[in-house]
Amino acid sequence: MAELFHRKLERTAIGFVLAIIAAASVGGLVEIAPLFTIDETVEEAPDMRLYTPLELAGRNIYVREGCYACHSQMIRTLQDEVERYGPYSLAVESKHDHPMLWGSKRTGPDLARVGGKYSDFWHVAHLTNPRDVVPDSNMPAYPWLARTELRLNDLPLHLKALRAAGVPYTDAMVENAAVDAYDQATPESSTSSGVTERYGEKTQVRVFDDVATQVTEMDALVAYLQVLGRLTDAAYKNTAAPQKPPEPVK
Amino acid sequence: MILTLTETERQVALAISVAVALCGLALAAAGNQDTMEIHGWLILAFGGICALVVIREIWGPEPPKSRLESYYDEPIKFGIAASMAWAVVAMFVGVWVAALLAFPDLTFDGAWASFGRLRPVHTSGVIFGFGGNALIATSLHVVQRTSRARLPDQLSAWFVLVGYNLFCILAASGYLLGVTQSKEYAEAEWYADIWLVIVWVTYFILYIRTLARRKEPHIYVANWYFMAFILVVAILHSINNLAVPVSLGHAKSYTIWSGVQDAMVQWWYGHNAVAFFLTAGFLGMLYYYLPIRAQRPIFSYRLSILSFWGITFFYMWAGSHHLHYTALPHWVQTLGMTFSVMLLVPSWASAGNALLTLNGAWHRVRDDATLRFMMVAAVFYGISTFEGSFLAIRPVNSLSHYTDWTVGHVHAGALGWVALITFGSLYTLVPSLWKREGMYSPALVEWHFWLSLAGTLVYIFAMWNSGIIQGLMWRTYTEEGTLAYSFLDSLRAMYPYYIARAFGGLLFLIGAVIGAYNMWMTVRAAPAKAPLESDVPLNAAVAAAGRG
Repeated sequence: MAELFHRKLERTAIGFVLAIIAAASVGGLVEIAPLFTIDETVEEAPDMRLYTPLELAGRNIYVREGCYACHSQMIRTLQDEVERYGPYSLAVESKHDHPMLWGSKRTGPDLARVGGKYSDFWHVAHLTNPRDVVPDSNMPAYPWLARTELRLNDLPLHLKALRAAGVPYTDAMVENAAVDAYDQATPESSTSSGVTERYGEKTQVRVFDDVATQVTEMDALVAYLQVLGRLTDAAYKNTAAPQKPPEPVK
Repeated sequence: MILTLTETERQVALAISVAVALCGLALAAAGNQDTMEIHGWLILAFGGICALVVIREIWGPEPPKSRLESYYDEPIKFGIAASMAWAVVAMFVGVWVAALLAFPDLTFDGAWASFGRLRPVHTSGVIFGFGGNALIATSLHVVQRTSRARLPDQLSAWFVLVGYNLFCILAASGYLLGVTQSKEYAEAEWYADIWLVIVWVTYFILYIRTLARRKEPHIYVANWYFMAFILVVAILHSINNLAVPVSLGHAKSYTIWSGVQDAMVQWWYGHNAVAFFLTAGFLGMLYYYLPIRAQRPIFSYRLSILSFWGITFFYMWAGSHHLHYTALPHWVQTLGMTFSVMLLVPSWASAGNALLTLNGAWHRVRDDATLRFMMVAAVFYGISTFEGSFLAIRPVNSLSHYTDWTVGHVHAGALGWVALITFGSLYTLVPSLWKREGMYSPALVEWHFWLSLAGTLVYIFAMWNSGIIQGLMWRTYTEEGTLAYSFLDSLRAMYPYYIARAFGGLLFLIGAVIGAYNMWMTVRAAPAKAPLESDVPLNAAVAAAGRG
């Protein structure tokens, strides 16, 4: 009987098309739609900060260079991972990540909590030539980052686009994006209190690449790496095994 | 090629080419200071070249009415050539990125040549360039033959294939420039994605219109798979790629999805790109070219139905197995795992159906390397779907995830199944399409077969070893209860396998180069053969019978 029905179905192209759409839609609907409606999916974290424009620019460099192809940013709920990398990742920690960078492969170690683990100096040396610091590393060298000036003028547009996608950047943040990015990597500049006003006292304001005269892509990428895992303390507090968040290295 | 278009079609083709070129110009102007500018010029050049090609022959003679008494195969030939060209380029890049993991300084000090930028060129190049062109070409061949109807017009198929290759070029060149969304297997940016939607909708309409003209009451099973491939890829692509561009002059965009929802959407896309691009489409190939080559009918119609609907329904649930033990809610992980295990039933139904079809034709498998390509592809399909279900089980995944085991699994499918079924199909298709007696050199087909098989085996054994070692080292504790190995210890252990993997990939690449050469020489130098009288649309066959 079932075969008879199928014999009919396969005589009509449109009927077949509709049947495929129906069969293929169920799985996605059942698994994805509830993720937007069930409140427990993403935890509450009132102390959650937003990426500053400089950190965002660094994140975009991370994306551009395909770092996610070899580094995950998702510590799984497994004992060895927690001991190696720190508390397992919470959904809220990537709440404002467009896109998420959880990754799928660890040719290099996980970076979800790399912020504050190494000094800026180490990061700059490592990115310039990883084998200077870690002789057996197979990571590519990125020497041009320190030579390339960061494009600042379009950062307001970036924040605006992210706001359209749902990140709660304020008008002041959008307006001052370019200045904020410059100031965060140039602490002597007169306006630098604006960044901490807008993005919180914990914002790391300093010369990241050891060259104070210009803001480079290296500044941005290191600023991003140093904030990874530091946007909220939720993963240390609201879990089965609470810990004290580490003090960052400068 | 332009002479096979009608006069009106040539004018439309010219108009489309000019419109594309103008869009390129607009993007180049808007994209001042941005990588968008380079892509704008590239699109302008692409549209310009297409326009020139059309103009050269736009006033040529109208194609004869008798064209309607044969199938329209010109664009299919283009698709096959493009597919093999992408295969050689993208597999070369594959060997290169494999070598970069062992020798990280093979980058010529250029940003474009670092691993992170080259890897998506390899993945998109083989999946979309090689696989996609082969799928579009074979689907248009199969739908005409199994419907006994010619394509409804001459232009649509050209638009689909040429437009699709523009997408592939934008994607691959973008990655080298650092233009990427970072969504795996969907890295191309918003403008390329929009263009692909236009191309894909045209493809779907072309397919449905051809089916509507069919002279056979039933739609053959290969077409079910091609339809599922076209439809579901359209759904996946449109939803996963929803994004807000920074501006019309920026290549960069931000996906509307974030965090955990983004992860789920991405792997719903990612896993079903495997399902509907790399499985359903190629099963369509298998269901047509394998029985043709073996000269045996498909073993079981009922098994075909079971496996088709099983795959279409179950696969869409399986994506969350990429996110075991992550911040994705547990219930979604469990659903993904359950359905992944159930997927083994329809998958093995397909593989079994293919292998049982060969019963009575095993002597051909022994003697004919082309059929052997397809047989081994079916075996690898069985192996890699079993492996897939196994890796989706949560505790197994805790070991395998993030390691090279996943990479090995993907390549068991991509090399062993997808590439081998494609080569088998193309070796069947090329001589018949160009009306040759056979391939230029059967001996080279044998060489290609054994190099491919050897390369695949070396590759996946290297990755099984490295992946399992890596996974075990990460979780090994000392007697004092501390982690026994640093991450770097596990990396050091990988180097021999990375070299072995690059060697396996090199063997596979050499095979593909030999295959491309053999096909090229078949077109140029193999002795011609009169086409089969039955290889015409039904209206032509009826007309011929009437004349006789």
